Amino acid sequence: MSGVSAPGTVPAGSLPGSDSASTQPAAASAALSADHLTVDRGGRPVLRGVTFEVPRGTVTGLLGPSGGGKTTLMRAIVGVQVVKSGSVTVLGLPAGSAELRRRVGYVTQAPSVYADLTVRDNARYFAAIYGVGRAAADAAIAAVGLAEQAGQLVASLSGGQRTRVSLACALLSSPQLLVLDEPTVGLDPVLREELWGQFHELAANGTTLLVSSHVMDEAGRCDRLLLLREGELIADETPAAIRAATGTLDLEQAFLRIIRERATPPEGKVA
Amino acid sequence: MSPRITLATAGRVLTQLRHDPRTIALLLVVPSLLMVILKYVFDGNPLVFDRIGLPLLGVFPFITMFLVTSVAMLRERTSGTLERLLTTPMAKLDLLLGYGIAFALAAAAQAAVACATAYWVLGLHTAGSAALVVAVAVADAVLGMALGLFVSAFARTEFQAVQFMPAIVLPQVLLCGLFIARDQMAGWLDGLSDALPLTYAVQALGEVGVHADVTSTLSRDLAILVGAAVAALVLAAATLRRRSG
Ligand SMILES: Nc1ncnc2c1ncn2[C@@H]1O[C@H](COP(=O)(O)OP(=O)(O)OP(=O)(O)O)[C@@H](O)[C@H]1O
Ligand SMILES: [Mg+2]
Repeated sequence: MSGVSAPGTVPAGSLPGSDSASTQPAAASAALSADHLTVDRGGRPVLRGVTFEVPRGTVTGLLGPSGGGKTTLMRAIVGVQVVKSGSVTVLGLPAGSAELRRRVGYVTQAPSVYADLTVRDNARYFAAIYGVGRAAADAAIAAVGLAEQAGQLVASLSGGQRTRVSLACALLSSPQLLVLDEPTVGLDPVLREELWGQFHELAANGTTLLVSSHVMDEAGRCDRLLLLREGELIADETPAAIRAATGTLDLEQAFLRIIRERATPPEGKVA
Repeated sequence: MSPRITLATAGRVLTQLRHDPRTIALLLVVPSLLMVILKYVFDGNPLVFDRIGLPLLGVFPFITMFLVTSVAMLRERTSGTLERLLTTPMAKLDLLLGYGIAFALAAAAQAAVACATAYWVLGLHTAGSAALVVAVAVADAVLGMALGLFVSAFARTEFQAVQFMPAIVLPQVLLCGLFIARDQMAGWLDGLSDALPLTYAVQALGEVGVHADVTSTLSRDLAILVGAAVAALVLAAATLRRRSG
């Protein structure tokens, strides 16, 4: 497996229907970039020289098989992962810089909120940390559809509701970069649709979102897709380019093809 | 560091405590209950109660706050909230001082209840004022809390966290002069006890027991307690890593 560029031959510069094109300066520096990022965990390589850029005001999907390194990459971006070599630059600063802590929001894969506090207590605590006041806390709770449960202890919420509390606590600081690790797991289609609507609204207002997911219809809603397998970036394209390069309209099929192509030795080419 | 975030954290920890009435009840009632047992264990020799009961008023908050904070911090770690907090504008000291303020308040309530029982129900007598006893007890609690925060950095599981109690706390209880005067121990243990902060807590309460006013030994002991607590907090902050593997 060589570390050369993604398999598609389609140029990566053709970003269709980027909602935010009008509000963003054309060639503004990328919101996020990684340069030969290498991370070891438990003595084994988990990210192997990952390089990519994410333009501002876009929704980028981070996909790939379980254990591929998605969460690790996100941890490196928010600055809580020890990095072996390479670099990550976020909003023009090295990842983990103190100044980034109020400009980057992170929602962990497992909901990380206080189970023994109410929804409102959780939101108000994070609002106090970001210094945004109680109105912002209440607005974030409403935005994830939990206004009715605001007074309920998080421990007594359903799994999907807990995920949404965690999301609300990241939304309330209005970050410029929002890193969401599988934020829609366990949510029903109606709510997923609503949240994706919100993600695009945020992007239209200039927020950059990096969202990991296993759901292919969500992949289709991203402006760009990063496909991570065993710590290597095997695709960095728009959904349209990936469909074109693999010759299928079905993104799930497209990914399977890319993954198989990459997994098999050169002589065993997939037709 | 920001006072706003520190106070918000203290408020959050107290709210968590408020949602757990059983823990509050145990926190407030258990020391008093143990004092009652102690009183009647030494039924035939009331002077022993005056000698041991008083220092125990400082040892209880030390032990409970050590346990409560090391578990609370471990929960913060395993629930992912610690990692999340470290990605926010919160400074590490905001978190540690927030815990410190919250548990110092809880310890003050605990010490007040234990002292009220000891003085009014069990007839404890001290030359110095009960307020001084509460003050020393709160200092002990803050010290226990700071040590709990520090050692929680070395615990990966609840089992490990709980085992730190016998490892870190019990030797100090054995050596602090509670059971037997320190000058009657083996010389090397006496020397070792000089280095353990709980020794000064027990000595401070001994001073309150026999002197009506604030002696220089008492002020020095209190300064040592506070200094040790600050040192443990700084160590805790140093071991709290924003980045992990
Ligand atoms: N704390 C750790 N210590 C050692 N290895 C780890 C640790 N955390 C993760 N790993 C390993 O790193 C690799 C990547 O894990 P990561 O959590 O980034 O995957 P992922 O793509 O997010 O998977 P999923 O889709 O299942 O969430 C896995 O092989 C995992 O076993
Ligand atoms: Mg993951």
